[in-house]
Amino acid sequence: MIEIEVNNKIIEANKGEFLLSTLKRNGMHVPTLCHMKDLFPTGSCRMCVVEMEGMDNLVPACSYPVNEWMRIKTHSPRVVSARKMLVELLLSNHPDDCLYCIRNGNCELQKLAEELNVHERRFFGNRAKGKIDNSSPSVVHNPEKCILCGRCVRYCDEILQVSAIDFIGRGNSATIGTEFNHGLNLSTCIDCGQCIMVCPTGALHEKTSQNKIRQVIHDKTKHVVGFFDSGVAVSLAEEFGFKPGKNIEQLITTALRIIGFDKVYDSGFAGDLMINEMAHEWLTRIKNNKNLPLIATHCPSWVKYAERNYPELKEHFTAINPPQEIMGSIIKNYYAHKAGLNKENIYVVSLTTCTARKEERLRKNYTEHGISYVDTVMTTRELADFIKLHGIDLNQIEEELTDLPFGMSSTVGKMVASPGGLSEGIARTAFYKANNRELRPPRITKLRNNKARKEYRFRKNGHEYLMLAVHGLAEAKNVIKEMKQGHIYPDFIEILTCKEGCLNGGGQPLRMPEDYINYRRKAVYNIDNQGAIKTAHKNPEIEELYSKYLEAPGSEKSVKLLYNPELTDKK
Amino acid sequence: MEDKIKNILTEYRPSGREDLISVLQLIQGTFDYIPEEAINVLSQEFSLPPSKIYSIATFYNQFRFTSKGKYHIKVCNGTACHIYGSEEILREIEKQLAIKPGQKTNDGMFSLEAAPCIGACSLSPVVRINSAYYKNTTAGEIKEVLQLYRNNEEQ
Repeated sequence: MIEIEVNNKIIEANKGEFLLSTLKRNGMHVPTLCHMKDLFPTGSCRMCVVEMEGMDNLVPACSYPVNEWMRIKTHSPRVVSARKMLVELLLSNHPDDCLYCIRNGNCELQKLAEELNVHERRFFGNRAKGKIDNSSPSVVHNPEKCILCGRCVRYCDEILQVSAIDFIGRGNSATIGTEFNHGLNLSTCIDCGQCIMVCPTGALHEKTSQNKIRQVIHDKTKHVVGFFDSGVAVSLAEEFGFKPGKNIEQLITTALRIIGFDKVYDSGFAGDLMINEMAHEWLTRIKNNKNLPLIATHCPSWVKYAERNYPELKEHFTAINPPQEIMGSIIKNYYAHKAGLNKENIYVVSLTTCTARKEERLRKNYTEHGISYVDTVMTTRELADFIKLHGIDLNQIEEELTDLPFGMSSTVGKMVASPGGLSEGIARTAFYKANNRELRPPRITKLRNNKARKEYRFRKNGHEYLMLAVHGLAEAKNVIKEMKQGHIYPDFIEILTCKEGCLNGGGQPLRMPEDYINYRRKAVYNIDNQGAIKTAHKNPEIEELYSKYLEAPGSEKSVKLLYNPELTDKK
Repeated sequence: MEDKIKNILTEYRPSGREDLISVLQLIQGTFDYIPEEAINVLSQEFSLPPSKIYSIATFYNQFRFTSKGKYHIKVCNGTACHIYGSEEILREIEKQLAIKPGQKTNDGMFSLEAAPCIGACSLSPVVRINSAYYKNTTAGEIKEVLQLYRNNEEQ
């Protein structure tokens, strides 16, 4: 522990850490732009510069290690004017159409301009020009609003190791784009949307189809069905000023009904169905000792990545569709038939935390005669905007329950959003199926920590089967590599592309404090701790669906409705 | 094409990413530009994402991504030429040929390149078309020169 002097005040610092961390810990605010937690600083934007005694130039706090002799001023006139000039220069070629910008109100550049009292345009540069890249079904890139901070590039490269985008060109003509500027749909992009989460401006945002939904809702001939996953239920509260981590699924249900949705269901039901089928599939594979490990493919980004990079693992992929498509398929096939509705007149809206689901719904496997099972995907952010647009105050409305039968969900069906949740659900159901008694206690703490790789040993007939739950694509790559080299022999792998899984998906509320993720995780597990139905096979509506229609997991009808035809043959 | 690229790689035997630029230079030497396939092959060879290789290649002015036209126009944009109005000349050529630096006209006749400095500062502003130098030139003069090339071609 050493002492340094900041703004004439002595504070304590750890030797060798970066100055910015010291200042942050001591509650001293320094604006940052290119700085990202967990990544090695580049010190390229210079927004965090401070004045240091004995140094001719200003030093960037984010990448300068603390030392004993340091005397620092964080807001001296020289520092403030340097920072102000930086923002003014960044704005010199900015489109300045904040009122029409998707990030109006939560833009970091806007906030910096406000913080540094930028009230007039001092530099007149040529307005940044560029073609909007609309090619991807999920992410839109608008280079005009880009300030080249490089956060998306670094996140895509260092955290996800996908590197779909990079800097192109040099100096004044530098832009961010894909190779040969072919557009995101032809790049290695996996639609995870994490670049949106780190973008300070409106240069990256999700592709929205709000207008379409608004039209459809007021179309009397259309039967609009919406379903949301638990990730939305535990994060939407943040956008409306509730306590973070509050589960507001019943308020969302009410709000959707007010907006005009005909039916509101819970994705957890599809999660339950998936767990039932997948547990069955896993046990069958264990019995036949074939195609192990079973690799879950409920994360669309992971699917897209794996298809390109590990085509040889295709036999290991589960044949069961992801929850969103299970729900869509059940609604458009089973429910439409039961309710006497024409498939074409049902409009299915999926409310999710994920941008990649926008791509998933367009996949050929999840369409029938060219019509997707799911007609629109809306992220948490879009839903928040949608609710605000309809003038609904969540504080003023009553809580309502979701519609039956597909609104009933066990607690594990909802846990799928959290890394480890699927494994826990599978473990419980598979244990029941293998031993004909429930797993006691149902709670598997080993799958609930926040490690990137969680391990659990599932016991059956004296044998141990290794279950791995992985979040973060970088760690997933390690797991696959170790598996191929023969260092580990897993029997089940659950992979979620985003760090912290769907709770930190690319469609989640922007600019939320980092610790909010913990609240979200806690909320999801709270559902399980307090819920009554703790296993997927005990969900009464699932039991009924099986007895009335699907017969049993893995039956012909199940395969037709819930399995990916491309992978089913290979079983 | 892929075979040719593979041949270059077997001959050069790159040891790691530090050899990337040399390999790119060799590829440009062979093909006269960097074809898209080359980036994909190199991406496999160096275990680097293609976006990164493209990013590196676009950083350097020496790399082209389209083949040269019959007449390759190099407009010097070094300090001396810049001060003597090379920017204006470049704009004029862009207007005349309807292409931007790094592109080629549809008929394959002209390709345009903005060079940082071609080392002939005493002749500034200078434009080079294939092996002919046009010294102390102006936008109007270049317009006429381009017309001359076109007329020659038509005859």
